[in-house]
Amino acid sequence: MALLEVADLSVEFATPAGALRAVDRVSFDLAEGEVLGIVGESGSGKTVACRSILHLLPGARARIAGGRAMFERRDLLTLPERELRHLRGSRLAMIFQNPSTHLDPLMTVGRQVAEPLIYHRGLSAREARRAAIELLARVGIPDPGHNVDAHPHRFSGGMRQRAMIAAAIACEPRLLIADEPTTALDVTVQAQILRLLLDLRDRTGLSIILITHDLGIVAATCDHVAVMYAGRIMEQASKAELLRRPLHPYTRGLIRSRPTAAARGRELPSIEGQLPPLADPPPGCRFHPRCAHAEPRCETGMPLPEPATPTHATACIRWREVMAQA
Amino acid sequence: MSVLGAAIHRRLHHRLGAPSTLFYIGAGLCLFWIVVAIAAPWIAPYDPIAQDLRATLEPPNARHLLGTDNFGRDILSRIIWGTRLDLQMGVFGVLFPFLIGTTIGVVSGYVGGFVDVLLMRLLDVTISFPFFVLIIAIVAVLGPGLMSFYIALALVGWVSYARLVRSRVIVLKHADFVLAARSLGFSGPRIAFRHILPNAIMPAIVFSVSDAVLDIVLGSSLSYLGLGIQPPTPEWGLMIAEGQTFIATAWWMTTFPGLAIMLLATGFSLLADGFAEKLGLRE
Repeated sequence: MALLEVADLSVEFATPAGALRAVDRVSFDLAEGEVLGIVGESGSGKTVACRSILHLLPGARARIAGGRAMFERRDLLTLPERELRHLRGSRLAMIFQNPSTHLDPLMTVGRQVAEPLIYHRGLSAREARRAAIELLARVGIPDPGHNVDAHPHRFSGGMRQRAMIAAAIACEPRLLIADEPTTALDVTVQAQILRLLLDLRDRTGLSIILITHDLGIVAATCDHVAVMYAGRIMEQASKAELLRRPLHPYTRGLIRSRPTAAARGRELPSIEGQLPPLADPPPGCRFHPRCAHAEPRCETGMPLPEPATPTHATACIRWREVMAQA
Repeated sequence: MSVLGAAIHRRLHHRLGAPSTLFYIGAGLCLFWIVVAIAAPWIAPYDPIAQDLRATLEPPNARHLLGTDNFGRDILSRIIWGTRLDLQMGVFGVLFPFLIGTTIGVVSGYVGGFVDVLLMRLLDVTISFPFFVLIIAIVAVLGPGLMSFYIALALVGWVSYARLVRSRVIVLKHADFVLAARSLGFSGPRIAFRHILPNAIMPAIVFSVSDAVLDIVLGSSLSYLGLGIQPPTPEWGLMIAEGQTFIATAWWMTTFPGLAIMLLATGFSLLADGFAEKLGLRE
């Protein structure tokens, strides 16, 4: 049984020009111990979709416009804020892109790691401190007995991200949402942090949603992948299938625009154009204005991902022809 | 003492970087007055209220270093004992407005909406009156004395702290680390007071130090007007008031307490400036 089942999740932002749909009928399942990658450009709605599950939408202007997110037999989307708050940090956790700004600058790292244990588990300050030292050791912070009392500014970027992970996993959550956890880090540290996340998954059976725009990270870490574009899921499959046999022109474009050793010296291919404005999305398939395979029928209807194979769904109505051309 | 001093120094250094020379002068002056206040019983050469009618209005001399007043009381001893009261006015005069103001500022800024509107209108009403006039009016209604002075300050002085803290809280509540705290499921009050407040309070602390100066001067002014400390208690403002009649013949009665106020105020001001300067550099 899936740990998290998201169905038809929609999120809208109220703007002076009217409601803007940042996430449109997004559905995905996440099994125990699975790593799901959500890939997309900036503004594709991947962060908003995940934050809405935790009720962490920015400001009062954003609202969940529909859908369900079943987690442990409860719909997170309709759960009262009070009950959801107790799940956050204990059953559900989130880590963020920029570890430098997401830690409280005036609180010691140890206190920040210990705080969820004190708050959710009722540990005493002394017990929580001891647990924090263990957690820091587990996420690979050197000399945790000393660093537990350091302020975040003494830490490097990678250590800060490790500290943030330690706070997030303190209460042994079942689901961790990692919002571009390595974007602000340099490449060697990136690999270490990703390995740490996978290691935690292996040891505790934690499920992870990894939000990223980097297909290299997807290739290295994820079990399943969902590709988002302009608020919709375009394609969804196991990692191997999606990377080997992409069935959506957008996914193909993304894969093709990755630099590879084979294409060395040649100009990097890119997808022409840019994300459509969400306030005024194009009719039909949202990708069709930039799609090389577009034809008139792409401009009508609103294709949602449909299974091409039992484990591979694509929102492209022309996927057979696209695949044949490849 | 030196261990404590070193610890404080390291802490300041850690948070603010190396403090400036002016900061040290200010800290030194404040420390000097604190020591004087604590050691008053041992360092004051005379009883501050003991009259000696054979030695009235003596100019500074070997027996009375700063002279005597019209009742023959030793000015130096009265200044030394007065330090206790004036420092106390500085500390408590700031403490209550600080506590009330920061709490209101955090609540107003963090909760926002109707609560914010209500509290800010209350603030507008309070600051629409001239500060000194309102203080004097409240003290006059409650009756002269230190208690009335503190109550008046608490009722009026909170507004500055509330505004300072509120504006920082409004900025900080959208900070990334606040989002991270929310993602860990903490309650609103916990986030507001444990995560936002410590990050928002520094300007209020800096202001409180210069506010203490104002309170000491204000307390002295009230004593001068007869609304504060009552004679024969030694208090600097009161001493100036009593010396006023003799200003042409016994300048020492007013000059030395005046100097004392000035030196304490300078100490607090430099301390505040030192903090603010470091804070400015940091931001």
